[in-house]
Amino acid sequence: MLILTCPYCGVDAEETELAPGGEAHLKRFGPGASDEEFRDYLFARENPKGVHFERWRHAHGCGKWFHAARCTMTLEVFGTYPAQTTKPPKAIREAITAKRPGWTWREFE
Amino acid sequence: MSTRIANQGRLIDRSKPVRFTFNGKSLQGYAGDTLASALLANDQMLVGRSFKYHRPRGIVASGAEEPNALVGLGQGETFEPNQRATTTELFDGLTAQSQNHWPSLEFDIGAVNSAFARFLPGGFYYKTFIHPRAFWKHVYEPFIRQSAGLGKAPKDRDADTYEHFYVFADLVVIGGGVAGLQAAKAAGETGARVLLIEQTAHWGGRAPVDGGEIDGMAPEDWIAQTLDALRAMPNVTLRARCMGSGVYDHGYVLGYERLTDHAPETAGPRHRLWRIRAGQVITATGAIERPLSFAGNDVPGVMLASAMRDYAVNYGVAPGRRVIVVTNNDDAYRTAIALKRAGIDVLRVLDARTSGGGALMEEAKAQGIRIDCGRAIAKVTGGKRVAKVAICAQEGQGAALEEVACDAVAMSGGWSPVVHLWSHCGGKLIWDDAWAMFRPDPARAPTGADGRPFVTAAGAANGELTLGATLADADAAGKAAAKSAGFKPRRIRTPQGSVTDEAPLVPVWLMPRAAKVELRAKAWLDYQNDVKVSDVQLAAREGYESVEHTKRYTTLGMATDQGKLSNINGLATLSEALGEAIPQVGTTTFRPPYTPISFGAIAGEARGAVFQPLRRTPIHDWHEAHGATWEPVGQWRRPYTYPQNGETPHDAVMREVRNTRQAVGMLDASTLGKILVRGPDAGRFLDLLYTNMMSTLKPGKCRYGLMCSENGFLMDDGVVARIDEETFLCHTTTGGAEHIHAHMEEWLQTEWWDWQVYTANVTEQYAQIAVVGPKARAVLEKLGGMDVSKETLPFMAWADGTLGGIGVRLYRISFSGELSYEIAVRAGQGRALWDRLTQAGAEFGMMPYGTEALHIMRAEKGFIMIGDETDGTVIPQDLGLGWAISKKKEDYLGKRAQQRSHMTDPTRWKLVGLETLDGGVLPDGAYAVAEGTNANGQRNVQGRVTSTYQSPTLGRGIAMGLVLHGPDRMGEVLEFPGTDGKISKARIVDPVFYDKDGEKQNV
Amino acid sequence: MKRYSAFAVAREALSYHTGWGRAWRAPEPKPRYDVIIVGAGGHGLATAYYLGKNFGITNVAVLEKGWLGGGNTGRNTTIIRSNYLQDPSAAIYEKSRALYENLSQDLNYNVMFSPRGVIMLAQTEHEVRGYRRTAHANALQGVTTEWISPARVKELVPIINLDGPRYPVLGGLWQARGGTARHDAVAWGYARACSAMGMDIIQQCEVTGVRREGGKVMGVDTTRGAIDCDKLGIVVAGHSGVLADMAGFRLPIESVALQALVSEPIKPCMDVVVMANTVHGYMSQSDKGEMVIGGGADGYNNYTQRGSFHHVEETVRALIETFPMISRLKMLRQWGGIVDMTGDRSPILSKTPVEGVFINCGWGTGGFKAIPGSGWGMAELIAKGHSPLTDAFSLDRFKEGRFIDESVAAGVAH
Repeated sequence: MLILTCPYCGVDAEETELAPGGEAHLKRFGPGASDEEFRDYLFARENPKGVHFERWRHAHGCGKWFHAARCTMTLEVFGTYPAQTTKPPKAIREAITAKRPGWTWREFE
Repeated sequence: MSTRIANQGRLIDRSKPVRFTFNGKSLQGYAGDTLASALLANDQMLVGRSFKYHRPRGIVASGAEEPNALVGLGQGETFEPNQRATTTELFDGLTAQSQNHWPSLEFDIGAVNSAFARFLPGGFYYKTFIHPRAFWKHVYEPFIRQSAGLGKAPKDRDADTYEHFYVFADLVVIGGGVAGLQAAKAAGETGARVLLIEQTAHWGGRAPVDGGEIDGMAPEDWIAQTLDALRAMPNVTLRARCMGSGVYDHGYVLGYERLTDHAPETAGPRHRLWRIRAGQVITATGAIERPLSFAGNDVPGVMLASAMRDYAVNYGVAPGRRVIVVTNNDDAYRTAIALKRAGIDVLRVLDARTSGGGALMEEAKAQGIRIDCGRAIAKVTGGKRVAKVAICAQEGQGAALEEVACDAVAMSGGWSPVVHLWSHCGGKLIWDDAWAMFRPDPARAPTGADGRPFVTAAGAANGELTLGATLADADAAGKAAAKSAGFKPRRIRTPQGSVTDEAPLVPVWLMPRAAKVELRAKAWLDYQNDVKVSDVQLAAREGYESVEHTKRYTTLGMATDQGKLSNINGLATLSEALGEAIPQVGTTTFRPPYTPISFGAIAGEARGAVFQPLRRTPIHDWHEAHGATWEPVGQWRRPYTYPQNGETPHDAVMREVRNTRQAVGMLDASTLGKILVRGPDAGRFLDLLYTNMMSTLKPGKCRYGLMCSENGFLMDDGVVARIDEETFLCHTTTGGAEHIHAHMEEWLQTEWWDWQVYTANVTEQYAQIAVVGPKARAVLEKLGGMDVSKETLPFMAWADGTLGGIGVRLYRISFSGELSYEIAVRAGQGRALWDRLTQAGAEFGMMPYGTEALHIMRAEKGFIMIGDETDGTVIPQDLGLGWAISKKKEDYLGKRAQQRSHMTDPTRWKLVGLETLDGGVLPDGAYAVAEGTNANGQRNVQGRVTSTYQSPTLGRGIAMGLVLHGPDRMGEVLEFPGTDGKISKARIVDPVFYDKDGEKQNV
Repeated sequence: MKRYSAFAVAREALSYHTGWGRAWRAPEPKPRYDVIIVGAGGHGLATAYYLGKNFGITNVAVLEKGWLGGGNTGRNTTIIRSNYLQDPSAAIYEKSRALYENLSQDLNYNVMFSPRGVIMLAQTEHEVRGYRRTAHANALQGVTTEWISPARVKELVPIINLDGPRYPVLGGLWQARGGTARHDAVAWGYARACSAMGMDIIQQCEVTGVRREGGKVMGVDTTRGAIDCDKLGIVVAGHSGVLADMAGFRLPIESVALQALVSEPIKPCMDVVVMANTVHGYMSQSDKGEMVIGGGADGYNNYTQRGSFHHVEETVRALIETFPMISRLKMLRQWGGIVDMTGDRSPILSKTPVEGVFINCGWGTGGFKAIPGSGWGMAELIAKGHSPLTDAFSLDRFKEGRFIDESVAAGVAH
C-alpha cells in the first residue's frame, strides 16, 4: 500500500487515491515514425529491478498527473515531481544517486 | 483427570458461573474462562480430530498458536467453523461442536486412516490414485475432499455487521505484554501519537504467570500501574481484543478487533478492521513455546509446558493430576513449580540436558520434585488420553528404561520469537545459536517509503526472553522508534526486571536423538495436518530439499495455525536430514494474517445495496415508479424497458419502438457523458483527439465524432457541439464519460501541457431528455418558449432557450433516424422537465422508452454502438466510418497506429448488414463459417454478428456484422452455426435498414 | 527410478518408506547441452519434457536460480480452462487442457487434475453477449462450452446468490471439463519425468549472462560456471526482462504483483470453479477444503511478491456478494506473485532477434492452465523453428498491430 506525495496539492496520497500510469518520460511518435519506433513507443517498457520512473495521477484528489521515482525491489520512493518535464529534475537524480550510487535508467543516470 | 483446582485462577470469576454446550452436552465454566479452559475444567480432553489420519486431538496450547482445539461456534446465521477454543472467551449460552469426525467425536470412522497411516506417508497421494484416470474425479477426489476440510461450511447469510476504521499514528505497538506496555510508555512520553493493540482481553501477557519482579513489584502490580500511566496520556490509545493482523508496505498496518465475539448480545458490528497508517511499528508479539518431537507427542494430554502453567495459574485448571514434565531448557521448571504449588503431582522432570538446569531446577528440587537429567520420552501411550510414558536416555535409540503411568505430559522444546509481523513486509531473520531460534535481524528491518526501517521488534519478539532483558529491550525500542518518528525521547529510567540465573538450552530436535524409524513415524511435527518427523525425512530423501518443497510436499505448517508450533521443529528436522545447518536451509516466508481474520471484517460495511455506489439520474425515481426493468451500465442504472399491463419485456420493447417511430417517445439520456472543453487551443486539441476535424465546426452546430486510442482502436463516439469560439461540449457514451475525461486530461497534462485548454466533466450537472418521433416537434411546441422549427433549428444544430418555462439547451441530434430533440437542463430541473414533457406529450401518445428500444432503433438505422460493433479490436475503417476520418489532418491519436500492416490489411473484416433468409433473428455473437480448418484444427471463419435484433419496424430479424470483404459481397449468403447445432443463413446487405436517405430525421 | 503406484507405496511401507530414492537427480552442470532452458517453473520443465518426448532431444539442462516450481507455478489459484475467444488462445489453452486430462498417467505422478467444471458468470447484459459470442467461437474451435441459465448455475453452485442487488446473475459460460490441478505436483511431475529422460535440472544456478557470437547464442554464464548450448529457451515469467536484457533485446513486458488468498479449510461446499469478472472475483475449493480466491493485479511495476491490501478487500467484498455464506469464514493466508504482463495481455512464445534464443513469457495472470500446451508448442518451436500453437504469439505482432486481445468478451485472462 504505497503512499506518494502529490507534488501539486502536497497531499501524502494513499494508493487508493492514485491511478498508476506506467513508464514516465515517453517520447511520443506519430505519423512519420518508423514501425519500430512506434512499436517501442507503445510497447517496449523499462521493467527494471531497482530504480524506476513512472507516472501517477492523483485521480481521487486534485486530478493532476505527476511522476515518481521509485525502487521496484524495496518500494522506496526517491521523490515525486510534476509531469510537465521531459526528464527527471536534478534534485531527484541526486537524491537517487545518494542512495543508489551508479544507478541508470534509460538515458538517465 | 482434568479438573478445576481450588483457590487458583487469576482471570476467572467463580461468583459468575457460565453455562455452555459442547457437542450438545451442557457444561459449566466461569466468567473469564476461555472455551479451552472451561473444556479442560470439565475433563473434556478430546476436542477434535486431525486432518489426515483423524487422530484424537486434545488442547496443546493456551493461545493463538493452538493447532487442535478448533470448533464450530454458534448456529444458523451465526455459525462459524474453525474457531480456536483457546482464543474464544466463554459466554453464557455458547454452543460449540467439535469437527472433522463422523459419526461422533468419540467414535470416528475416519480414524481408520490412522491404522493405515503407515501406507499414507507425506506426499503419498502424488504416488497413488493415478489409475484408472476417471477414478480421480469420481472416486478418489470426493473421498479425499470429504475426509479433509475440518469444519462444516456455514449455510446461511451472515447475520452480523462489520466495519472499517481509518487511523493514523506516529507509532503502533503490537502486543500488550510487558514489552508492549513499556515500549508504548517510552514512546508515549515523547508526545508521539501511540496506538497500542493487544489480541487478547488482558494486558500484561505472560508476565503474571511467569513471575519475577519488576522494580520490586509483582508483575501484576507493575502492569496495573503502567496501564494507569498509559491511560492518563492523551496521545496514547489502547485497544484490547485487537490483533495486529498484518504489516504492509509504507507503514500500512491492519488491526482486527473482535468487538462482540465474547458478548454476542451486544449491539453493533461484530468485527472492526483497523486500517492504520503508522510512522513506526513496534512488534512486541512475544514468543511461542515449541513442542518436543517424541513418539506419541500428539496424544491428548500432552501439552506445552507454558500452556499447562497458564491453565493452572490463569484459570485454576489442572489438565492432569499426575504430570510428567519434559524439557530441554529451564523455563519448564516454572511449570513444574506452578503445578506443584497447585497441588498437582509432578512425577518427574525429564531434562534432556545431561547437566540439567540452573536456579529454577534447584527451586524445583527444593520443592521435592524428582528431576532426571539426560532423560527423554521414548514414547507416550494412550488412546484418547495419556496413559503412560516410556522413559529412555536422550542419547540413544529409545530403549525404555522405565514406564510411568500418568495422565498428562508438559513439554518444552524452547521458545521461538513471534516474528510474523516483522517478516510480513520483508524483515529478515538471523539464527540465534544460544537459544536455538530465529530472531529479527535489526540490520535487515523492513523499510518504508523513505528507505529507512519502520519496524522494530521488542522484548521476547526480538529474542530477549528473560524478564529483565525484555523490559530493557522494549524501553529502548520505544524510545528509538519514537525518535525515528521525529520525537525526542525523554530520559526516563528503564524499569528493572528480575534476572533468573538460567542454564543454557540444548537443542533437541528429536527425542531420543537416534530414535528408531518406528518412533519417528509417531513423532508429530504438525498436529493438525498430521506431519511427522519421518515425513520430513522422506521429503529430504526424495529430493524435496528446499524448505518450501518440504513444506508443500508434506503440508507441514500449512494448517490453520500456519505452523506456529511446527515450523522451526520441521526446519530443524529437515536440516538434520540434509546435514546442513539450520540457517543454510532457510526459513519459509510468513504471510499475513497473523491468525485468520473473518471475510466479513475484510469486506466491511460495503455489502448488499451499498456494495458499490449507485448512480441515479434526476429522473431515476420516476422510472422506478413506472415499473422500469433495469440495465446496469457502469454504476448507473438505466431503464431497459417499461412493461405495461403484464407485458413481457420483449413485447414492451417492441411497443416502445413502434410508438416512437409512429408517434413520439422519450428517453432519459442523462447518463450520456458531457465534457466541456474550453480555451484558445480547444479546437486544436479536439482535432488531435477526434479522428475528424472539430476546429472547423461553427458555433451553434453539432458534429458526430470518433475517438481512437493511440493504439488505433475505436474507443468512444458522440456528438460534439460548439458552444462558442473557445468552447466545445463533447458527448461521450454512458460508460465512457469518466475514462474519456481522464484520457483528455492525460494528454493535456502529460503531452501538450503548454496548450491552453481546460476540461470539465459536467455529466452530472445536466439532465438530458431525448424527445423522438414524428410528433416530437408538436410536443415541444405545446410546451412552448422557443422556436423549434426546421428553419430556426435545423438538423445538427443547437440553441439555448426555454421550454415550458424551464431554461434548456436544445440539440437537434438523432440516434434513431427520427425527428429528434435532445434537451439538456440543469440537473435540479430534470425531473420537472420530464414531468412537463409527459403531460404535454400525453395527447400525442408519447411514451418513455428504454435502452433496448434505443439499441434497436439505432441498429435499424445502421448506427454503430460502442461495445457492440466495437470490442477493443475494431478500427473506424472496419466500420465504414472513413467519412469521419479527416484526410487533411497530419495527426490524430491513433493515426500512426492505423498505418501498421495489420491495420491496413485488406482482409480485415468490414461492417455489413445481415438479413436472415427466413426472417428470424440471428443468434447473438454467432460466427460465419468458411471452408475447412486452420493448422490447429479449428473451423475457419469469415465473419461474425455484432448486433442482432427483432425489428418491429421491418417485422423481421436484422443484424450487423463484420465480414471478410463484406462490402464487396452484397447479396451473398453466409452460414452461421448456432451453439444448438442449427445453422442460420443470412444475406449480406447494406447496414442501413430504415430510411436510407435520412428523410425522417431531417424534417 | 521407482515407478509410483499404490502397490509401490504399500511395499515401501514395510520399511517405513526409507527405500524411496530421489524424485529427480541433483547433477553438476555439464560443459555443453543441445538446449538450455532457463527457468524450472512449470512452463520451462514442460518445454524440456516435450523436447524429449516429442523430438527425442534429451541433452537438455533446465537451470533454476532458486528451487524448481518456486515461482508462479506454486503461487497461483490453479484454474484450468480453455474457453477463450480468440482462435490462437483457444488453440493453445485447449491443447493444454487436453494434455492435463492424461498428465498424471503420462508423468506417472498424480497432478490431481480435477475436471470439476468452470463457470464464468455473466452479470451484465454486455457480459451475456460476450459469453454468447465466446460459446459460438468455442463450438467452432473444438472447445466444449455451453451457455447456461441462472437456474442451472444455481444447480451447479448451490451456495451462490443469484439475486445480488447490484449484479444479479444472468447466466454463465460453463466448461464442464475445466477444473483445477495440484500446482506443485505439475512442476514436480515434469521435473521427475525430465530427470528420468536424462535431462539435468540444476537448481540454485542463476544465469548471469548470455554469450553470443555474430548474432547467435553460444551459451550462458551462470553462478555455477559457463555452459555452452546450441539453443536457449528463456522461460522465466516476471524476470524475462532481465534475461532479455542479458541477451540484448527488449520485451513489451511489465512485471506487477498479483495476489491470491485462501480461507481456512471447510467441508466440501462448492464443486466447481466460479469466476465473476464484473465484480473481479473468482473462487474454487481445494481438495483440502480451502476456498481458493484470486485477487486483482496492481497497476505498477513491483518485484516484491507483496501486493496492496485494497485488492484483497475488493475481491472479498465481491465474493461475499456472490457467496454470502463465506462472510463467516476466515482468511487463512494471502500471498503475491510477480506476473509478467504484455501489451495485449496475451503471452509471447517466439523467436527473438538473437538466433537460437527463444522466449516464452507474458502469461500474466493465467499461466498455470497453459503449462502443458505451452511446453508442447515451445518444444516444437525450439526443435523445428515454428509451431502452429505458437506462431500467432510471436513478438512481431506488436510491430504489425496484430494483437490477441482476450478482454473483448468481457472476460479477463485469469
